[in-house]
Amino acid sequence: MSSIPEDLQYTKEHEWVAGVDDGLTLTVGITAYAADALGDVVYVQVPEVGSAVGAGDAVGEVESTKSVSDLFAPVGGEVVEVNQAVVDDPSLVNSDSYGEGWLFRIRLEGDADDLLSAEEYTALTSGES
Amino acid sequence: MSRPTPLRDVHEALGATLTDFAGWLMPLRYGSESTEHNAVRQAAGLFDLSHMGEIFVTGPQAGEALDYALVGYISALEPGRARYTMIVDPAGGVLDDLIVYRLADDEFMVVANASNYPRVAAELAERATAFDAVVEDRSEQYALIAVQGPRSRAILGELTDADLGGLKYYAGLPATVAGRDALVARTGYTGEDGFELFIAAGDAEPLWAALTEAGEPYGLRPAGLSARDTLRLEAGMPLYGNELSADLTPFDAGLGRVVRFDKPGDFVGRAALEPLKDVPPARRLVGLVTTGRRVPRHGYPVVVAGDGAVAGVVTSGAPSASLGKPIAMAYVDSGLSDGLAVDIRGNHEPVDIVELPFYRRKK
Repeated sequence: MSSIPEDLQYTKEHEWVAGVDDGLTLTVGITAYAADALGDVVYVQVPEVGSAVGAGDAVGEVESTKSVSDLFAPVGGEVVEVNQAVVDDPSLVNSDSYGEGWLFRIRLEGDADDLLSAEEYTALTSGES
Repeated sequence: MSRPTPLRDVHEALGATLTDFAGWLMPLRYGSESTEHNAVRQAAGLFDLSHMGEIFVTGPQAGEALDYALVGYISALEPGRARYTMIVDPAGGVLDDLIVYRLADDEFMVVANASNYPRVAAELAERATAFDAVVEDRSEQYALIAVQGPRSRAILGELTDADLGGLKYYAGLPATVAGRDALVARTGYTGEDGFELFIAAGDAEPLWAALTEAGEPYGLRPAGLSARDTLRLEAGMPLYGNELSADLTPFDAGLGRVVRFDKPGDFVGRAALEPLKDVPPARRLVGLVTTGRRVPRHGYPVVVAGDGAVAGVVTSGAPSASLGKPIAMAYVDSGLSDGLAVDIRGNHEPVDIVELPFYRRKK
């Protein structure tokens, strides 16, 4: 079982969110737990820079050898940056889920109250495994 | 509740991701499925296939019983040889694809897919009633381990005195491997040279350990169902439930050559299949290659580019590690050869029809 960083927040859809406490621009990726479950990621579709998204919207896809999953916006706002490196090399999602494998950045509009703490996400994933 | 194989503890110790497959708890992968896939192409992979069914047909008329029960000419097999064949229903629909090994004049082993073997065993027993033959499902007693890849012969050679070089493709012989009895067959489902070892269930763990140790210097890796699926797809091999089903005949699947109308006597399905042998099927099984990176998957529609008319359906699809792009098998309306696309979740991705298999090993 991969460790779950304490300083991030999470969604039930197995995404992580950084920067909630210290700014308006949040970084989003998928968790190592999700990357392990998917297997080798071969294709990532990220949202377009400048697009407006609502919390819970399907905004992209993560495709592995065996399956494909939607990528969701964890909060509402505007997509301000995407990680071209992970589009070019989707294996970064597996090798460095919480670092080089980040997916996109979003400028928060509204609140981010529905996110899970590391403790809550740990409980969620231990219930599933 | 999924049934474990005799190697469950081994898979858990290796950290495998386990999955339910046809009612069995099977290793999906041990780490990266792409690494396992490439190991089989370049060195060797070790597979647990204990979910497959082993049904024995024995007796003076065992060969004749199988000629009647299956579409192949089984009684013509030489002892020690094996044949790919199918069992169909009276309407010609494929109930399963099989490999039959002739172990002796009056002894055959029918290897059936995990999801189908109880039904295959029951059908064989019923179809054999008029013959002096006994059908016995011994799947519970057997484990099956496969060593596949260009270095599989060298690895197995470390553990057996059997003449592996003299063993032809689609042949099997009884041998001792690491001091234990095994039926060693030169068969597989990966497109590589390789061997399948039919062994007593209780010998599975020690043989897996012996193969792991002998294979270590050769780059042998355990490989799961995920790699097995991408390997067989590259090799253009059909999977029951994807390319084959009871709704399709062997001719629909482009496998009419396995139906042997030249054998003596009647067989189940003959009356339904004989009129079809010279009729081009409405759809044919083809290989597809996409130019994009999104993967056409099982069930996705094949469409005519431009007007979007449905022209077929994808049966299997995956990213191909050997080709570096997504590949798929699909049933496509006969007569169409270009201007096609696959509807990948609403987007029409252009595809080219290519000859199967996608990958052929260098001899």
